[in-house]
Amino acid sequence: MIVEQIRDIVIQHARLSSKPEELGPTSDLYTAGLTSLTTVHLMLALEDHFSVEFPDKMLSRKTFESIQSISEAISELQS
Amino acid sequence: MCGAIELDPYKLYQEDLVNSGLLIPSGVRGVYGRSGRFEEIITRFEALVTRHAAPMKAEVVCFPPIFSRAHYCEINHIHNFPDLMGSVHSFMGKDPEHAEMIRKFEGGEDWTRDLEPSEVMMIPAACYPLYPASTGTLPEGGRLVDLQGYVFRHEPSDDPARMQIFRQREFVRLGTAGQALAHRDEWLERGKGILHSVGLPVESVVANDPFFGRGGRMAKATQREQVLKFELVIPICSEEKPTAITSCNLHLDYFGHAFDIRTADGQPAHTACIGFGLERIALALFKVHGLDPATWPVAVRKVLELGA
Repeated sequence: MIVEQIRDIVIQHARLSSKPEELGPTSDLYTAGLTSLTTVHLMLALEDHFSVEFPDKMLSRKTFESIQSISEAISELQS
Repeated sequence: MCGAIELDPYKLYQEDLVNSGLLIPSGVRGVYGRSGRFEEIITRFEALVTRHAAPMKAEVVCFPPIFSRAHYCEINHIHNFPDLMGSVHSFMGKDPEHAEMIRKFEGGEDWTRDLEPSEVMMIPAACYPLYPASTGTLPEGGRLVDLQGYVFRHEPSDDPARMQIFRQREFVRLGTAGQALAHRDEWLERGKGILHSVGLPVESVVANDPFFGRGGRMAKATQREQVLKFELVIPICSEEKPTAITSCNLHLDYFGHAFDIRTADGQPAHTACIGFGLERIALALFKVHGLDPATWPVAVRKVLELGA
């Protein structure tokens, strides 16, 4: 459920070069075209959608590298 | 006898600089005229940098302190630093619009909304106009460019080291990823050596640019995580918050993609730069060695070729 929502947000905000149907939960988003700038847009969209705030320690490429890693971070923030 | 007054170290140094005639206040925070003595230090420091760089035979290029609005729109400055930008506007109407603007002006109303954006923006970093001018394929071995110019950042402040308009002397490498990284790292050490040689014991620290707003937190963290920026810092007005007087930056292939700059083998070019903040270096020298260069240590005067 949360993974699908994240997937939609990624497709909408990350401006990836790969096709949405090729995007699996563990696909590397940076390889798929995520940039520093689009990571910022993605982060803001995720914070707004899930009403969370990423703490500084989570602001790394590792957090945003795949739908799964984003999902784990959101789950941790919501718990 | 008055009680103890908390004195602002930034204002105190600013007053010293103004009272000694080195800086000439303009009525706008962070905008100053400068005396001949101040300018001579910048000239001498630049000549020192030129001597260090001479063996590299860098190509000298000069740009004015404004650049194309269209080129500005190709970089992400508006996303990352909207609070620092400078946009040049002018009046573009005819007689009726002019009369209306004058009416507002003379009536004390806001006339600035009658201006329209011109085709130029203020330059935020000395190397920015170089990239759109480098579209195409780089020569074999890439390019090394020596630039100096005024840059504008809208951040009015009483800190004399935080000017709104100031000069950067830059050496920019355009080439492969390896060439850009080597340039950044070699110039970081060379820059440190040059500053140490004039008695400025700078330290090198990993840094980030002042990205704007909530989203800026991510950009700052990413820049630090990738170790893209180093600053050479020294206390000028504050021991706790030393001032960056030089920075060394790796841009990866950002400008290569933005302006279609390619290496000889067709790959997006990587770029890197070192930027000496010339006014800040002069301010650090005046702070460390005193406001009168005639009294500076002999060794420093010798390195700067300040004469007998």
